[in-house]
Amino acid sequence: MSFESFAEFIDMGGHGLYVWLSYAIALVVIVINIVNPLMHKRHIFTEQARRLRREKQS
Amino acid sequence: MADKKWMPRWFYQLASPRWCYEITGKLLPLFVIAAILLLVTGTVWALAFAPADYQQGNSFRIIYIHVPSSILAQSCYMLMAVAGAIGLIWKMKVADMVAKCCAPIGASIAVLSLATGAIWGKPTWGSWWVWDARLTSMLILFFLYLGIIALNSAIESERTAAQSTAVLALVGLVNIPIIKYSVDWWNTLHQPATFKLTERPAMPAEMWVPLLVMVIGFYCFFAVAMMLRLRNEIIQRERRSSWVRDLIAG
Repeated sequence: MSFESFAEFIDMGGHGLYVWLSYAIALVVIVINIVNPLMHKRHIFTEQARRLRREKQS
Repeated sequence: MADKKWMPRWFYQLASPRWCYEITGKLLPLFVIAAILLLVTGTVWALAFAPADYQQGNSFRIIYIHVPSSILAQSCYMLMAVAGAIGLIWKMKVADMVAKCCAPIGASIAVLSLATGAIWGKPTWGSWWVWDARLTSMLILFFLYLGIIALNSAIESERTAAQSTAVLALVGLVNIPIIKYSVDWWNTLHQPATFKLTERPAMPAEMWVPLLVMVIGFYCFFAVAMMLRLRNEIIQRERRSSWVRDLIAG
């Protein structure tokens, strides 16, 4: 461990805001890149399923 | 294609969207596990266990996001250009799809690289941004990604869109060596490369080993993001084929 206490860990020697902000942005970018295609997949599947049903009826 | 057997078999298999869909379905869970393990280990190591830098103190820990994202943003661009070229030369549909899927991921990773760079620059250089060669060429990389996304969405025909973006991506490839050598060619504020193929890193192992873990973790994350998008793209373009109909009908 490079830190004596949890408070010191959060403070990052006065650079806490910079360090934590960087890691937070990284997390956001990663989550967007995973959630976005997953939501798109659901959209495609419901859309195509509807199209298939329509074709069957006609 | 049957008469041209000088390429390995997997190269032709890759050209089949269905085969690609099946193989990525098998690979996806492996990369998800690898990415989670590497990124969690790397992050804990980077934030809590790596020693603080003797000059920069703890703000140095931003390197564990900044360097992997910068490397990945450039690798992603190279993949996009190579896939685009393969699509141009062999008219391979899957290569076009890969190239298309690279652009939005690469753009977001380039944003991450630029943002963490700015956040690191503030406590280290005293400024969020300087018009330094490395920073400027990286900004150009981001604009290239945006240009490619815009061009791709502006053209209705999938084939023409893929061809024009491939050409743009190949022209923009000239920026990659400029980014790489910017720290050597110009007198820049940015520090030189952390990892070089020919030398050991200038930092101690306690610092660079977690960085390497993060770099590999970022690559695994990219593989996951890429496969998720590629599978969507395959389903959408092959929606009229019988295997996709069966898949959707369940």
